[in-house]
Order: sequence, then structure tokens, then C-alpha cells
Amino acid sequence: MWKRDEAPKPTVSQPPTPASVTLSQPAAAASQPDYRRFERDVVNIGKSVVIKGELNGSEDLTIEGHVDGKIELKDHVLTIGPNGRIKAQVVAKSIIVLGEINGNVTASEKVDIRDGGSVDGDIVSPRVAIAEGAHFRGSVDMQRKTAPPPAVATAPLPPKPAPTQPAPTQPAERPQPTGVR
Amino acid sequence: MGLSDLFSRRRREHPDSDAGASDAPVYPTKALSTFLASVGNRQQVLLLDLGPVVGQSLTFFGEQLGCKVFVEDLAKDIDRQAVEGKPDDLAVFYARRFPQETASIDGILCWDLFEFLDKGSGQALAKQLTRILRPGGALLAFFNTTEEPPGTKPQYTRYVVTDASHLQHRPYPAQQPRQKPLNNRDIQRMFEPLRVTEQFLLKSTVREVLFRKPAG
Repeated sequence: MWKRDEAPKPTVSQPPTPASVTLSQPAAAASQPDYRRFERDVVNIGKSVVIKGELNGSEDLTIEGHVDGKIELKDHVLTIGPNGRIKAQVVAKSIIVLGEINGNVTASEKVDIRDGGSVDGDIVSPRVAIAEGAHFRGSVDMQRKTAPPPAVATAPLPPKPAPTQPAPTQPAERPQPTGVR
Repeated sequence: MGLSDLFSRRRREHPDSDAGASDAPVYPTKALSTFLASVGNRQQVLLLDLGPVVGQSLTFFGEQLGCKVFVEDLAKDIDRQAVEGKPDDLAVFYARRFPQETASIDGILCWDLFEFLDKGSGQALAKQLTRILRPGGALLAFFNTTEEPPGTKPQYTRYVVTDASHLQHRPYPAQQPRQKPLNNRDIQRMFEPLRVTEQFLLKSTVREVLFRKPAG
């Protein structure tokens, strides 16, 4: 009995030890992502920088300055910041535009022109997103990788299943106004 | 953090999910599916969209047709000329507005743009569109059948394709009001030699007209 009473004591007094571990673990976990974030940090070309010529790279890049010429980041993400002014042909894996691009844009994954962004030129990309406040003038070429759906036109598309999460870009699921054919 | 903070944060993070825009009404369309069928049987479809750029619609056309879409926002031209006080110059402007080659475009989406043009400008634009449309190509245009009530704020409509049979109508301000509704005969004459192949009068008083350029 005495021993049995004694036995739980260490377990009661043990919590401080694991607590200190768990405290130190988050600290370690926090410092590790910081380090990783530092390692993965995108390269930033600042507002006052003007580049004339060809810009190549193998890491993600954010441009806030001016570039005249050509930008090529074939396997990486290029972000044109709100202050970025680009007069160039742009090639990247994915391109996010918050500033201005004057030139043709080619992305192997996606072009995303955000609110306030502007593109004057032709876009070639399988996916294109253009926000309502964005400016775009030119053409959009979305090459189809799969065969065309056979009944694209004559029959209305089947109703989509109800989404599990709110999907603001799917207004097709909105109830129709009454009195309209 | 309050609910309004959450919403404003969400709007900042997702600018294209604007609540007002997504609340706009969705109406059925009868002619769009026929239009898609008309142009979708080509290898590399070239579309010309004369309305304001709408990302969702571009994505739809890209997914459905794998096409190339030229976006020429003519509403901006109309507004600019109206602000400069030179709406009559539009007819001259349209004569050199389109760099596309003759008979090079498979399909043209005019939406309701002709509603905002006077007769001369409308004819000049129709002439150019007829020129660049390839034989067998299709042109889709909307016309209102009723006049706007007096005192109505002038506004364009941004047509967002939600699927092949529905369009969301998102109004936005215009510099000048709609012209008087065109009758059938005027519409047919304006687009000659195109032929009206389908015509739908919707309960929303919009007439959807699908034209086709005769082959040869």
C-alpha cells in the first residue's frame, strides 16, 4: 500500500518535465520554419531598381522596380508587385500581376492578374485569372491539353454538386431569379 | 476580431470575390450554347470578346473550347469618346480599330454593346465585325426590346459566363445611356450579309440574336 501510494507521486510531479519539453519543442519548431522561410525567401527587386536587358533566374522573384527587356523564370513564380513596371516579354511557371506589364506573357501553369494589376499584351497560359478591377488588353491563349467535351453546347451543363465550402467564384449555383425564362 | 473585420480581411485577400459582384443576378441564356456549338468544331478557335475583360468567362471559354480569345473592351472606347464630347467620331474610329485580318475570327461576342451606339457608329462597327468574321463563323449580340425608364442611371452590364446556359449580369456605370431599342429589320440590315440563325426573346426583355456568316 505504501509503495502503491508512493508510486503515483512521480507521475504527478512529472508534468513539469514534459511541459518544459513541449515548450522547448514549439520554440524549436518556430525557429525551424523561420530558418526555412529565410532560406526560401523570394528575391526582391526594389522600387528604385531599373533593369534594362535580360533577367534569368532559378528561384521565385518579386519585382517592384522597372524592367525593360526580357524576364525568364521557367520553373518559378514571378510576382510583379504594385509598384512594378515591366516592359518586357515575360516567361515563368506562374505569374502574379499587381503592377503593370507591357508585353507578352507566357506561363506554364497560371497567370493571375489581381485587382489593380494591368497587362497590355498577349497571354499564353493554361489557366488565367483576372480580377474584376484588373486591366487587360490583348489576347488570351489557353491551349487545351485534353480532348474537347463532346456535348459542349447543345445541352446545358449538369448542375454541380453542392460545395462543402463556400465558393465565391461559382455563382452558377445561385438560385435563379423568378419570372425569367 | 469581429465579423466585419473578417469580411474586410477576406475581401483584401480575395479581391475577385467581391460580395456585390457575386450577388448580381444570374439569368438563363439560350443562345450561348448554340454559339459555342457553332464555333467549337474548329481546331484552333479564335474568339473576339467586345465586352470588358471577365476572368471567369475567359476561363470558361478556355476550358470548353481551348481557344484564343481577343479581348477588346469597346465600352471603354464609347466612354472615352463620350467624355471627350466626340461620340460621332466613333464611326471613323471603328474603321481602324480592329487589327485582325479579314475572315480570321471564328466567333464574336458583342453582348449588348450595340445598345450604346448611335446608328452610324453601330453600322461602322457591324461592318468591321462582318469583315473579320470567317465564313461560317458566328456572332452573338443582345438587344433590349424596351426603353429604359427616364432617370435611370446609365450602366453597362458585365456578362459573366457561369455555365453554357447561364449568365450573371453585373452592372457597372456608363458615361452615356442606351439608345432607343432597334427593331428586327434594323438589326438584320445592320449586320448584312450575316444571317440570323437563332433568335430568342427572353422574359427579361432581352433579345438574343445569333448571326452566321454565309460560307463562300
